[in-house]
Formats: sequence, structure tokens, C-alpha cells
Amino acid sequence: MQPIDQAFQQKEGQRLIPFVVAGDPTSQVTLDLLHLLQEEGASVVELGVPYSDPLADGPLIQEASERALRQGMNLTKVLELARTARERGITLPLVLFTYYNPILQFGPERLVQEARAAGINGMIIPDLPWEEGKELADLAARQGVYLIPLVAPTSKERIRKIVRGARGFVYCVSSLGTTGIRQNFAQGVEEFLETVRQESPVPTAVGFGISAGSHVEYFLRHADAAVVGSALVREIALHQEALQDKDKRAAALDSIRGFVRGLIPAAPVKS
Amino acid sequence: MTNKQGEAVMHKETPGRFGSFGGRFVPETLMHALTELEDGFREAMDDREFQEELKSLLAEYSGRPTPLTLAEGLTRYAGGARIYLKREDLNHTGAHKINNTLGQGLLAKRMGKKKLIAETGAGQHGVASATVAALLGMECKVFMGEEDVRRQRLNVFRMQLLGAEVIPVTSGTRTLKDATNEAIRHWVSHVEDTFYLIGSAVGPHPYPEMVRQFQRVIGDETRAQLLLKEGRLPTDVVACVGGGSNAIGMFAAFVEDADVRLHGVEAAGAGLDTDRHAATLSKGAPGVLHGSLSYLLQDEHGQVLPAHSVSAGLDYPGVGPEHAYLKDSGRVRYTAATDREALEAVQLLCRTEGILPALESAHAVAEAVKIAHEGSPEDIVVICLSGRGDKDVETIHRELEGSGDATD
Repeated sequence: MQPIDQAFQQKEGQRLIPFVVAGDPTSQVTLDLLHLLQEEGASVVELGVPYSDPLADGPLIQEASERALRQGMNLTKVLELARTARERGITLPLVLFTYYNPILQFGPERLVQEARAAGINGMIIPDLPWEEGKELADLAARQGVYLIPLVAPTSKERIRKIVRGARGFVYCVSSLGTTGIRQNFAQGVEEFLETVRQESPVPTAVGFGISAGSHVEYFLRHADAAVVGSALVREIALHQEALQDKDKRAAALDSIRGFVRGLIPAAPVKS
Repeated sequence: MTNKQGEAVMHKETPGRFGSFGGRFVPETLMHALTELEDGFREAMDDREFQEELKSLLAEYSGRPTPLTLAEGLTRYAGGARIYLKREDLNHTGAHKINNTLGQGLLAKRMGKKKLIAETGAGQHGVASATVAALLGMECKVFMGEEDVRRQRLNVFRMQLLGAEVIPVTSGTRTLKDATNEAIRHWVSHVEDTFYLIGSAVGPHPYPEMVRQFQRVIGDETRAQLLLKEGRLPTDVVACVGGGSNAIGMFAAFVEDADVRLHGVEAAGAGLDTDRHAATLSKGAPGVLHGSLSYLLQDEHGQVLPAHSVSAGLDYPGVGPEHAYLKDSGRVRYTAATDREALEAVQLLCRTEGILPALESAHAVAEAVKIAHEGSPEDIVVICLSGRGDKDVETIHRELEGSGDATD
């Protein structure tokens, strides 16, 4: 079974999908974080490929991308990082979160092959809507890699056609706007999530703005998994120096571990 | 797409393609709004009342038709073909940008949107957007890179006088590219009541087509005026290309006339053999930026590279997708002029015609003089003089008097 499908068969009501920018602040730190997230029981991890023009992202992920780019991170190196993670015992499903242009330059066909070889199980491409992504979705599926489609509160009648052929899970955007930390979500978000759930042949995950355990708990009533990106990225940013200092690393990782633990509901949430 | 593996997954049937270029590469949140915009645009273009209102504003408010001036002094200087100037510099607000902002502003009103947002580099599109917002009684926010805010203080104040809010953008390179990113981010958050007024022939479908349609008044007038004056079509038409809105508006009227040679002039900055230029079509490769697939200045990993030009309006690492198509199809010849050539052309047009061109337009002047020099008096070269240079006086002064080095 595809690892993403498998992940959605376990931990119902407690599924967390954390997002980290690969190479923020270094590749070694990203590897440490992957181990941490695996130990804490994340269902899937989104591995962000840093990009010069991340127009779906708010300031926190923009800054994380800039930090990673300064380290010389790029798509090729993210794949190497994934391969290393697999060699070092990371078994949880990995999903690339990348803008389209780096894929275009890498070559879509070559990417899906090398992604598979590196142990990548899925891809989320925030600037590749359904119409533009159909062929890439097929190309990826032939390698057993899922192109995860996004739906938004504004998708309306588009929802049906987007989710129809979905594989893995459907990513529901919680609110109008970019990624970030927010307290208010789109009006009617529950109805939107229930609609997607009803239409979708695969599980749903919800993301954008989810930054606290209470948010996760709330959203798990209406979706099969919750994505936390910017809030985790902020924690990493707060500890970026300590994470690179061998004397302070353990304490910094513990602090982040505490944050991640606080995101996962203690008991399964009923939908 | 000739040398990229990307070709295998290019869609040919998605809407808004120019060959393989164009398309809609935006977050899903915007897709519904783009469909709505496309429908609204098509309905408006078929609506006689909308067309009449636009035509009336272009005439009574902006002063169209703009003249087609025979440039006798410049013609004598070049010593070959006769040169005409299409005087977009004589528009209200001083450039062709108002043609498009009036069109999109009226469309926003027709679609019931009361808030406009716009991106701007040098401030010309920002001023034109703020102007139309004031005219139509709308709210207007203009996103502008912090670096450009600093360089163009007077245009910032001008927009504020017109009632617009100027929002400095501090991300990335802090110039037009990042102002556009930020405008898109704002649009994603406020898509339900906000109209995004894009200033160039770039962006996701239907923007490149829409901007071309609102700018083609330049080419349509030029064609009619020249037929009246000379009873014939031009030999060559020359326009500068940043995103490419004045050029696409001018070319649109001539693209079917196989005998008319079309030339797009990009900014070569410090030179095409340096990494300080904005010659996207000459030196870039196909890629996605700001919602469409076109040529792009980028590194091997697909990260967008910063552009450079003395002219802020051309200082952009992307280009409209229709230009990418016209380049690959061979219909339009794209070339580039350096900062130094543009500054020389500014002085040349000042002295031979008494016209101070925008630095952007001066790139077209520089190339046109070369073309005219090779021609004979039976030939006619038309230059799209897209804007006036008042906004650039400080820059020109600094470049010519300051460093003594016109390239930086």
C-alpha cells in the first residue's frame, strides 16, 4: 500500500501533517526535525522546497525559504535530503511542497522518477491548479507518487472535478489568504470542509493558518488531518541558532518537541 | 519549449494559451475569480454601452487619439527612413498605462468591485491606477517595492495626492517583481471584493489578453493615422518591452500584416554579456512567474534572478506570454538596448525633436535610429513613444552628471 494511504488508515482523529522548509536553517537540522516528527507520531510530513517567489506563502515561510536558499538549498538537494532521511530510518510519508517553476526547470518526468527513487510519496504544488496539473498528476501516479490537489473556499463548483481523480488526500485551504498564523478562518469553513469530504474519494487534510492545538482539535472534526506549517516554522526560527549548536541542540529540539506534542490531540477527535 | 523536458507535460488545451505560453499558474483560491473576470471581460467587450463609455473616457479624459508625429529632426539625424512617433507620452498621466487602467477600472465597476489593487515599479501604473480610482470613486491600494519607493518618492506622493494608499513591499528584491507577489498575496486574501488591476501584459489568463485588448488602441490609431497621412503601412514598428504592454498594444494592429517588420526592444542594462540586464526574451528561458508560462530570467534551479535596468519600468525578470509566443514564432524580432544607449537616445530626442521621452521609450528610440539609418526615404519607421520622461529627470541627471558612467 502507498505509505500515504497507509497513514490515513491509522491514528484517526489525531492526524497531524507538519510542514518544514528543507534546509531551514540547515539540512542537518531538517534531518533532526524529521526524526522528532516521526517519534511524535506525525502522519505525513510536508517538505518545503525553498523558492525565490513563494506567492502563496506569508512572511514566516518566506523568511524560512530565504534562510534555506542562503544555505544553497534547491530541489536537487531536497531530494538528496529525502534520500538521506530514508537511509537514516525515516519511514513516515514525505510530501514535497514546491512551486511549479523549479519542477519545470528540473523536468517534470525526471522529477517524478527521482522523487520516487528518493523516497518521496507525494507532491503539493500551490501554484499549479487542477487544469494545469492533470498531466503531471498522471505522470506522477505512474511512479506511485501522488499529486495532492488543493481546494479552497472559493472553489465552489470546481470542487467536484478537482477531487474526482484525487489520490492520497485532498488539501483543503482553510481560509482566503496565504500561509501564516491566524485566529479567524473563512466563514462557512465547516460547511466547505464537509462538502469536500462528501465529494472526495480520498481523505481530506486542512491547512493554512492552523497554529495551535485547539485549532487542530477543531479542524479534525471536519477533516481527516490537520496541517501545521508557519507555526512550526516560527518555532524553528526561534531556535535556529541553538539548533546548530551541538551544546544547545538537545534543549532546542526538546522545546520544539513540546510544541509538536501540544498540537496533537490527547484523545482521538470524533468527526 | 524547445530545450526543456517540461514540454512533455505542457497543456495545449487549457485556456489563454499563446502556443505553449500563458495559462493560469495561480493558487486555487484565485481560479474562480479568474473565471469570473474572464466572463466579465467578454461580456463587457460585447457590450456597446461599455465600449462607448471607454471610448468617451479615452477621448475626453485622456485626450485620445494621441498624435502620430513625423519626427523630421530625428529623421535627418538617422539619415535613412522617415520616422514617426506615436505620442503616448501625451496621454493624461504621461504614458500609455492609462489606456489599460481606464479599461480595467470600468470593468471593475461593471463587475461591482469597489476596491482596486495594483502593483507598480517606477510608479507610472500606480499613478494611472490611482487616477482611475479617483475618477470612478474607488478605493485603491498600490504595492510598490521599498527600493522603488525610495527611488521614486515624487510618484509615491503623487499617488497619495490622488487618494491611493501606497504599500511598501519589503520582501525579496524589494522591486516590481516582489510588489507583484505581494499584490497577488493581498488579492488571495481579499479576492471576493477586490479587483486586481495588472499593469502589464503579464499574469494569469485573461490578463495578458485583456491588457492587449485595452492597449491595442495604440496600434489601431497608428495604423489609421498612417494610412491617412501616407496612404500606406509602415516598414518597421519599434516598441520597448518590459512586461510588454505598449508593445503588444502597438503590434496587435500589425501582426497580420506580414510586410510590416515588428521589433521589440528589451533593456540590456549594463550589457547582455553581464548579469545586470532585463533582457528576458534574449537571455531567459521558459518558466512560470506571476501566473503565466513565459520567458524568465532564472538560474538552473528555477529560482528567479533579479533584473537590472536604468529604467524602472523595464526592470522586470519576466515578460508577457504573447511576446514569448511572437518570439518563438519568429513574427517579432526582439533585441535589446543598453542603459547607455537609452540615455543617449533621451538626449538625442530632446535635442532633435524637443521631446523628453521616458527612459523606457528611449530604448525603442535607440533601436529605431539604427533601423532607420539602414533604410531609405521610402521606408517608414514608427516608434511607440510610450511615455514622457519628466518622471526620469532626476535619474537621467544622476546618470549623466553624477558618476560619469552611464551604465550604473
